[in-house]
Amino acid sequence: MEYFLEIFLGGLTRGSIYALIALGYTMVYGIIQLINFAHGEIYMIGAFTALIVASVLTMLGLNTISILVLASIAAVIYASAYGFTVEKIAYKPLRHAPRLSALISAIGMSMFLSNYVLLAQTSDFLSFPNLIPELKFIEPYSHIIRSNEIAILVTTTAVMIVLTFIIKFTKMGKAMRATSQDREMAMLVGVDVNRVISVTFIIGSATAALGGVLIASHVGQINFYIGFIAGIKAFVAAVLGGIGSIPGAVLGSLILGWTESFATGYVSSDYEDVFAFIFLVLILIFKPSGILGRSESRAV
Amino acid sequence: MKTILKVKNLIMNFGGLRALDHLDIQVREEEIVALIGPNGAGKTTFFNCITGIFPPTGGEIILFPPKKKSKRANRLKPNKITEIGLARTFQNIRLFQNMTVLENVMIGRHCRMSSGIVGAIFRGKATVKEEEQVVEDSFKILKKIGLSEYVNEIAMNLPYGAQRRLEIARAMATEPFLLLLDEPAAGMNIQETKDLNELILRIRDEEKISILLIEHDMRVVMSLSDHIVVMDYGKKIAEGTTEEIKNNPVVIKAYLGEDIDA
Repeated sequence: MEYFLEIFLGGLTRGSIYALIALGYTMVYGIIQLINFAHGEIYMIGAFTALIVASVLTMLGLNTISILVLASIAAVIYASAYGFTVEKIAYKPLRHAPRLSALISAIGMSMFLSNYVLLAQTSDFLSFPNLIPELKFIEPYSHIIRSNEIAILVTTTAVMIVLTFIIKFTKMGKAMRATSQDREMAMLVGVDVNRVISVTFIIGSATAALGGVLIASHVGQINFYIGFIAGIKAFVAAVLGGIGSIPGAVLGSLILGWTESFATGYVSSDYEDVFAFIFLVLILIFKPSGILGRSESRAV
Repeated sequence: MKTILKVKNLIMNFGGLRALDHLDIQVREEEIVALIGPNGAGKTTFFNCITGIFPPTGGEIILFPPKKKSKRANRLKPNKITEIGLARTFQNIRLFQNMTVLENVMIGRHCRMSSGIVGAIFRGKATVKEEEQVVEDSFKILKKIGLSEYVNEIAMNLPYGAQRRLEIARAMATEPFLLLLDEPAAGMNIQETKDLNELILRIRDEEKISILLIEHDMRVVMSLSDHIVVMDYGKKIAEGTTEEIKNNPVVIKAYLGEDIDA
C-alpha cells in the first residue's frame, strides 16, 4: 500500500511539472494555433538562470529560502523576456503566413536556443543545488513524499488557481478568450491582439520557468538538453488533454505523470517513455481532439 | 449636418480584381445610410476596408469623431479604428460563442477602460471600481437592446434573433459614433425584422449614433434610410433618397438586367 502511495504521489508530482510546461503550449496554441516548439527551451533557460543566480547568491552567503525566492524570480523574469522576444522575432512576422512556416520557425528557434545555451554554458550536466528546504514535519513520511515534491504540488496548484482567476475574471483573460475564438472579431471590438499574444507568451514562459526551477532542484542536475525531452513530454500531455484547453492540459499532464510513474514502478523503468507514447498513439487514434478538446469545425 | 465619415476615391484590389473602384461615400451626423447592390458588388469589402481589416489599395478614409480632431483611417489597425469610434456587426453572426452574453458585451466595453493586467492581478482599488462600472454599463446596454433575460446565458445557446441583437449590443458597448450593420435582417422573420427596424431607429434617435447598413431586404431599406447608396461591380452607380432610388433606371437595370424589348 505504501509502495502504491509513493508511486501515486510520484506520478502526481511528475504530472504537476508537466502541467506547468504544458500550460504554455496549450495557451499559445489556443490563441495563435501554433505549436511553440521553443517552449521547452524556455523552460531550460529558466532552470539555467536559476542555477546561475543561485550559485552567485550562495557565494554571497544568503540563506536557502531567499536564494530560492530570488532565483525563481530571476528565472521567471529572464524566461519571460525570452518568450516575449522569441514571439516578436520568430512568430510575429509570420502571423499571416501558412501555419507550416510558423511551425518550422518554431523548430528553428528551439534548436537555436538549445545550441546557444550549449555554446554559452557547457554540454556537461551541472549539479543543481536543492533549493527547497527540508520540512521537519515531513520527515517520518519521507520515504513516501519528499518536501520538494510538496513544494511542486503547492506551487502548481497555486499557479493553476491564479491562472484560472486571470482567464475567467480579468479584462486580459476575457480578451484572451475572445482572441482565441475569433481574432479578427476581437480586434473589431477594440482588443489589442498583439498585446494579448505577448501576454500569453509571457505567462506561458513564466510558468515554464517556475517548472524549470522546481524540477531542477528536485532532480538535482540540468544540461542544455533537458528542454527538448520535457518539451516533448509536455506537448504529449497537452495533446492528450486536448490542445487549446487549459483544464485539458492539466488533466493530460496528470494522466501522463501517473502512467509513467506506474509503468516505472510496476513494470520497468526502461519502458517509461514507451508507455507515455503508447498513450499518445491511442488517444490520437480514438479521440484525436484530446480528452477535453473540442473537435474543430468552423462555420463559414 | 456635419459629415462624420468621408470616403474619397477608395480603391481595393485583390490581385487583378478591383473590388472597389474609386468609391465616394459620405455619412452625416444622425443619418441612416443604406448600402445596397447585387451580390458581389463590394459592399462587405467596403466595410472591411473602413474597419481596418483590409488595408485599401488607394484613396482616403477620414473619420470625424464628435468633439475630436478628424482622423485618417487608411492604415490603422481594427482595434485603433474601434477606439476612434467605429463598430460593426457581421453578415454571418460572429459572437464569442463560448462566452456569456454579459462577457460578450463587457469585452466591447473594455476598450474604453484604462487599467492593465498588473492592476487586474493585484486588484487595485481603481481596477475593482472600473470592473464594477463595466458590469453596470454592460447591464444597461443589454437592457436597452432587450436582452436582459439572457445575461448569463452562453452566447451560442441564444435564439437566432437574440444573437443578432447581441452582436449589435456588443458593437454599441464600444461607444461608436458610427455603427456599421452588415445585413442585420438576414434570416429574420417578419416580426423580428419589425423589431429590428424599431431598434435601429431607437439607436439613432436616443443614442445619436449614425448608422451605415448593408441590406437586401428592401422593406428594411426603404423604411429606415435617409439616404441610399447603390453599388455594382465595386462602383457607386447611384445615390439619393428612397424615392429617387426607387425610380432610378440605372438601379433597376443593375438589379433586373437589361430589358430585352428596350
